[in-house]
Amino acid sequence: MASLPPIDLPSNATGSGAFDTPALEEGPALFEYLLRLGDDSLILGQRLGEWCGHAPSVEVDLSLANMALDLIGQATHFLNQAGEVEGKGRDGDSLAFRRDVLDFRNCWLVEQPNGDFARTMARQFLFSTWQKLLFRRLTGSKEETIAAVAEKAVKEVTYHQELASEWVIRLGDGTEESRRRIEDGLAWNWRFVPELFEMDDLAAFMAERGIGADLAALRPDYEAQVAAVLAEATLQPPPDQRPILGGRRGHHSEHLGHLLAVMQFLPRTYPDAKW
Amino acid sequence: MVAAARLDETAAIRAVLDEVPDPEIPAISVVELGIVRAVEPGRVVITPTYTGCPAAQVIERDIRDALDTAGYRHVRIETALSPAWTTDWISAEGRAKLRAYGIAPPTRAAVECPQCGSADTEEISRFGSTPCKSLWRCRACAEPFDLFKCH
Repeated sequence: MASLPPIDLPSNATGSGAFDTPALEEGPALFEYLLRLGDDSLILGQRLGEWCGHAPSVEVDLSLANMALDLIGQATHFLNQAGEVEGKGRDGDSLAFRRDVLDFRNCWLVEQPNGDFARTMARQFLFSTWQKLLFRRLTGSKEETIAAVAEKAVKEVTYHQELASEWVIRLGDGTEESRRRIEDGLAWNWRFVPELFEMDDLAAFMAERGIGADLAALRPDYEAQVAAVLAEATLQPPPDQRPILGGRRGHHSEHLGHLLAVMQFLPRTYPDAKW
Repeated sequence: MVAAARLDETAAIRAVLDEVPDPEIPAISVVELGIVRAVEPGRVVITPTYTGCPAAQVIERDIRDALDTAGYRHVRIETALSPAWTTDWISAEGRAKLRAYGIAPPTRAAVECPQCGSADTEEISRFGSTPCKSLWRCRACAEPFDLFKCH
């Protein structure tokens, strides 16, 4: 068989096809990494804000709203920096309010609906335990903003973790009903934990450059801390379920779109509104 | 002469900042709260207390207004996140004013009731009226009070 003639590639052709993974570049990768950090905090902050005025007691109402404030503060810093790195004139507000659901890079855990108070606390416990370990690691990041926000926020997140752990213990070691509810809450959120430790190409790329954290390395500490609290709460860890991944690449549960509809309605309907 | 003028301006800016109250706890100034990190001719560096403190923007605006009113429109306000603010930076006067205002100042020792001074106190809630405070109760005089959390 005669060999086919060589293909003349146009001089502007890319080196990869539509189904190849393009090579990572530091600028765009850092932008994506900042979105991951910022979107986790933003979406969980919005979720906790939904409790405002609905919590079981005024003290709990305040604590949930205050955690939400801390998280939204983190998100503001991370997303403002993401806008800087991107260099297209977007700031934290435009990234928060004018991106569509597929462009969000948060993990699945934070977008899960609040459910009852126990499920909210289970989610907070599983997330804050992870976020504290992550931020402690990121205080050594070579990216100045990430290191500065992590240094500042790690103190606040320590508080979140303590608060959530105490509630897990109180509910687990409480009445029959509180125990049933926290068991259900942990079981609901458990399948979203493996995603927190997923090291995809981008996470590895950032970790190699000393900017991001090696998430897999956080896992032993995480498991030990979770196990200790569950033991004190006299709870068994839920059975492992098939992990759900994809949030970091924009694949989300249907819940995120509904959350964004509420969060983004006003700035999208009245652009640049001030009050 | 030039050096003296620069010194004068720094001192004058400090005096202006001494009069700017914290919007959430107006009993103490932003200087006593420890959020003013540097004052130089033409430049003031501040740091937020908590990452999500809703007063952060108000504080910056209040400082701007005070500087403008005093004729220091050319002085820039910069925000630095690192090193992170800590309650250790609240001055001794600031702590005394907090106590007089009814807020127990941050402490790593036993928490004393700002009303009666008793150390027989207990925490009611980890979060109080603002992110920086927790809610406590005095067992001696039975009054509730805010504690400025160690941070």
